[in-house]
Formats: sequence, C-alpha cells, structure tokens
Amino acid sequence: MKFWGWLCVTLLATSASAATDTSQSHIGFVFKQMNVPVAGHFKRFTADVRFDARRPEASRAAIAVDLASINTGTREADEEAQGPDWFDTRRTPTAKFVSTAVRRPTPDRYEVAGELSIKGRTRTVTIPIQVERKASTIHYTGSFTLKRLDYAIGEGIWADTATVADEVEVRFRIVQADRGT
Amino acid sequence: MENVGTTYTRTALALHWASALLIFASFAIGLYAVDLKLSPIKLKLYSYHKWIGVTVFALAVARLLWRWRHPAPPLPGGMARWEQITAHGTHAAIYVLLFAVPITGWLMSSAAGVPVVYLGIWQLPDLVAKDKALADALKTVHYALNKTLLALVVLHVAAALKHQFVDRDDILGRMLTWRRANRTMEE
Repeated sequence: MKFWGWLCVTLLATSASAATDTSQSHIGFVFKQMNVPVAGHFKRFTADVRFDARRPEASRAAIAVDLASINTGTREADEEAQGPDWFDTRRTPTAKFVSTAVRRPTPDRYEVAGELSIKGRTRTVTIPIQVERKASTIHYTGSFTLKRLDYAIGEGIWADTATVADEVEVRFRIVQADRGT
Repeated sequence: MENVGTTYTRTALALHWASALLIFASFAIGLYAVDLKLSPIKLKLYSYHKWIGVTVFALAVARLLWRWRHPAPPLPGGMARWEQITAHGTHAAIYVLLFAVPITGWLMSSAAGVPVVYLGIWQLPDLVAKDKALADALKTVHYALNKTLLALVVLHVAAALKHQFVDRDDILGRMLTWRRANRTMEE
C-alpha cells in the first residue's frame, strides 16, 4: 500500500536559515487503497527554510526527504515502498523540493511554487503554506496533492489506480527557532 | 409470535444460509490472502474479506432480532440430556462468534491504521487508535476465534448429518425446506 511523499520547502532570503526542529517537524502523506485512506510519514528529512516576513518574495525553501525512512505502519509495506516499483530508493534515495517563487496572496497565507523531484522526475508544484509564530518557534504548515504516476511511484502491477489511487495528499509541518525574521 | 411450530420461517432459512455462504467465502479469502505477497490483488481480497465480514455482522444482528420474535422450533424428542446441552451450547457459541469474529477483525483493522470502508463507500469509525502491538495481538485473537468457529461449524455439520442419517429425525429437512410456514400456522 502506500508510499511517496516527501516534500520540502524553504523560504527566506538574506538571513541564514534557522535550525529546523526535527522533533516537532513532520512530513507525512495519506494515500487511498481500495478507497481506504491510509496515513504514513517519513522519519528523516532536512529542511532549509529562509523566511522573510517583510519580503515574502525573497523567501526560500529547500527540503530533502530520505525516502528509505518511510513509515507506513507495516514493515511489509515499508519494504515494498523502497523497491523498484515504488521509490526505488537504491537508485533515487532522496526526494527534493526547491522553491522558485514565494507569494503572499492574503495576509495569513503564503504560496510557494517550486520544483518537486522524486525518482528522477521533476514537476512544478504550488503549495499553500500557513506561517504561525508560537512562543520561540515558527511553524510552516500545509498540504497539497500530487499524482504518484507523474513521478512513476507505483509502476508495474501497481500502476492500476483502481487499487491504489493516483492522488496522494502530502502534509507537512516544518518547525524552526524563530529569529524574528 | 407466529410460528412457534416445528419449522423455521423463510426469513430464518435465508439468514442462516446467507450467513453460512458468506462466512465460508470470507474464511477462504482471508486464509488465502494473508499469505500473499503485498500486491493489488492482496489489497482487493482484504477489502472483500472485510466487506463480507461487515455483512456477516449485520446478518447476525438481523438474525437475533428475527429470532426474538420468531423462536426456533424445539429440538426433536428422544435426544439425551447431554445432546440437548451440547446442541444449545454449540448454537449459542456460534452466535457469539458471529459477532466476535467480525468485531475483532474491525478492531484489528483500526489498530493497524487501515479503516474499514464498507463496499469502498462507507467508512466505519475506528474502534481504537493506531497501535502496532495491539494490531498484532488482535490478529492472533481473530485467527484463534476463526479456528474456534471452524471447529464449531464442523461439529454443527456433523451433528446435522448424524440427525439425518443416523437418527433420521428430519431436522436437516426443516432447514432445507422452503415452506410457507407462517401461512400454515395462520390457516
């Protein structure tokens, strides 16, 4: 069942990026098999987010996800997800997102456009992001839907979307120390 | 209360045989699919297995409600006391398992983080939160209850055949004959 996700985001510009709090950050996904929603996540990823609240368009984000760190809830599925039909982690161990443009269409919402690369395929995606400051941290949260077949995730017998749906929702929360940018 | 006679109603017959057929199908599918390598066919069979299980559960509820208003006919005369106790005990245990087997399957699905979506349309609520250790324990319980059910069904069938061919008291016939029981009573 399952698999793919990954995602990244980086914002900000001139100032150096603040350290990402990996214990609070989360990159997960929800896919459907036989119309049954199943959630999973990736245990290891890095996020280089350079956020500039005064000049959103100058923000940057770059995220890299270690696809072999997938957790779907069962070892059998985790192993399958790393195989050649799915992420093929031996050849393409990392999924990457690199931002190309950051906009702030409304005061409480950002939109980050960028290039998402998984399994050697790159697509342009636009991700809505909420930015919240909590205590001494800053949270970037959002979700978007990708089509797994755009990235050849689930080939061969798995290409049939009647069993595992093409659409996969990616959900993320990146938490950094807040430096007042 | 109509029909406190010597026959089962058509509804009781239909519920009995529909349950029997579905339990056999779900049992076979589950036993076959569990050893398959992860694949689309395995996911399909697991879903079908769960859909049938939900149906068996619903039929069990319907049977209890029906039986409440339409009692089963009495056991034939001439049965020894231990035979009567065994017959009632086996029937009661099978009824318990008609609920317990689907519910442990549902619990196991919830604990595994895979909700049950009946017929791929209606998502049932999760009974417990995702918990791998609990899912593994429930898997063992679900399997053990199924083996118990299998043993009881073998006993049930053996007893029916014994009544038919040794005792010749025709109680198998009353579960096979599509009689207009209600009308007969009214007339």
